Amino acid sequence: MHEMSIAQSIHTIVLEELEKHPDATLKKVLVNNGALAGIVSEALTFGWEAITMDTPLQGSILVVNEIPIIVSCGSCQKEFTPNDRLYMPCPDCGLEIGHKVLQGKELQIEGIEIE
Amino acid sequence: MSEIPIVRNILEANDKIAAELNTFFTEKKILCLNLMSSPGSGKTSLLEKTLADLKGEFKMAVIEGDLQTDNDARRVAATGAQAVQINTEGGCHLNSSQVKEALSHIDTEGLDILFVENVGNLVCPAEFNVGEHHKVTLLTVTEGDDKPEKYPLMFHISSVMILNKIDLLPYVDFDLENAKKHARKLNKDISIFPLSCRSREGLEDWYQWLRETRATKA
Repeated sequence: MHEMSIAQSIHTIVLEELEKHPDATLKKVLVNNGALAGIVSEALTFGWEAITMDTPLQGSILVVNEIPIIVSCGSCQKEFTPNDRLYMPCPDCGLEIGHKVLQGKELQIEGIEIE
Repeated sequence: MSEIPIVRNILEANDKIAAELNTFFTEKKILCLNLMSSPGSGKTSLLEKTLADLKGEFKMAVIEGDLQTDNDARRVAATGAQAVQINTEGGCHLNSSQVKEALSHIDTEGLDILFVENVGNLVCPAEFNVGEHHKVTLLTVTEGDDKPEKYPLMFHISSVMILNKIDLLPYVDFDLENAKKHARKLNKDISIFPLSCRSREGLEDWYQWLRETRATKA
């Protein structure tokens, strides 16, 4: 369950940001999770609840935005969203491997909402 | 309510330390390899053979990641190599700060190769860089030949796949070509070494890869 480590990293970053706003209450944390990042969104939000329990951040919500994969074909350069994470035949030329990933590896905090 | 954009990579703290370690290893001309596999795939056995067979050629050390015991560190230390144990106490992978701490207990002067034996797990270790130059994944013929398909990230990011325990091939339904095909579908440049620590078949090919890869760092 590496999502717990990820949730802890998010927690560290959020606390750093909140130092700049000492009187604020954290409402939401917005996270981008690429389909190739290997992170299960539900496990991440569960990890966030567990980490913030009985802390001043309890009640804040981790909102996970799931980012789909976009690749550029390694042969004909066509950009497409594969139906499968592993098997990615190019719809134009049929090439299965060697594509360049343009989107889908993201694992980042987009921002926070405070009150 | 106000929105504050941040846009920071969640793994940045881990990646920052990993990058520092990588620079340190490169400057010191130490080849660092991160060994990963399921539990019981023979990472420690491979290290025992490698450390014993190549001790005349290279100065080597091992950082051992384990959930609880120091059994593996003791096995590795018996070959005469330096070994440092990290007990993750339940953690399913090593991270870069743990490796940095362990490294402070290792004499890196004149060191040629540092092996990091990760926690036995085909999922989480793949997510965390520990400063290594290459990731090496072991797969055994007693597992399914569809493991690369089932755990794609691990095989996608590894430079080497070792297919261990090939002395057991006559007794199991493991298709070597199938495993190779699946791995190459995820990573067309992956180097694949079928071998057996028990019969020693194939070990020399792995050693040759180590020699050649180490030479690129010297």
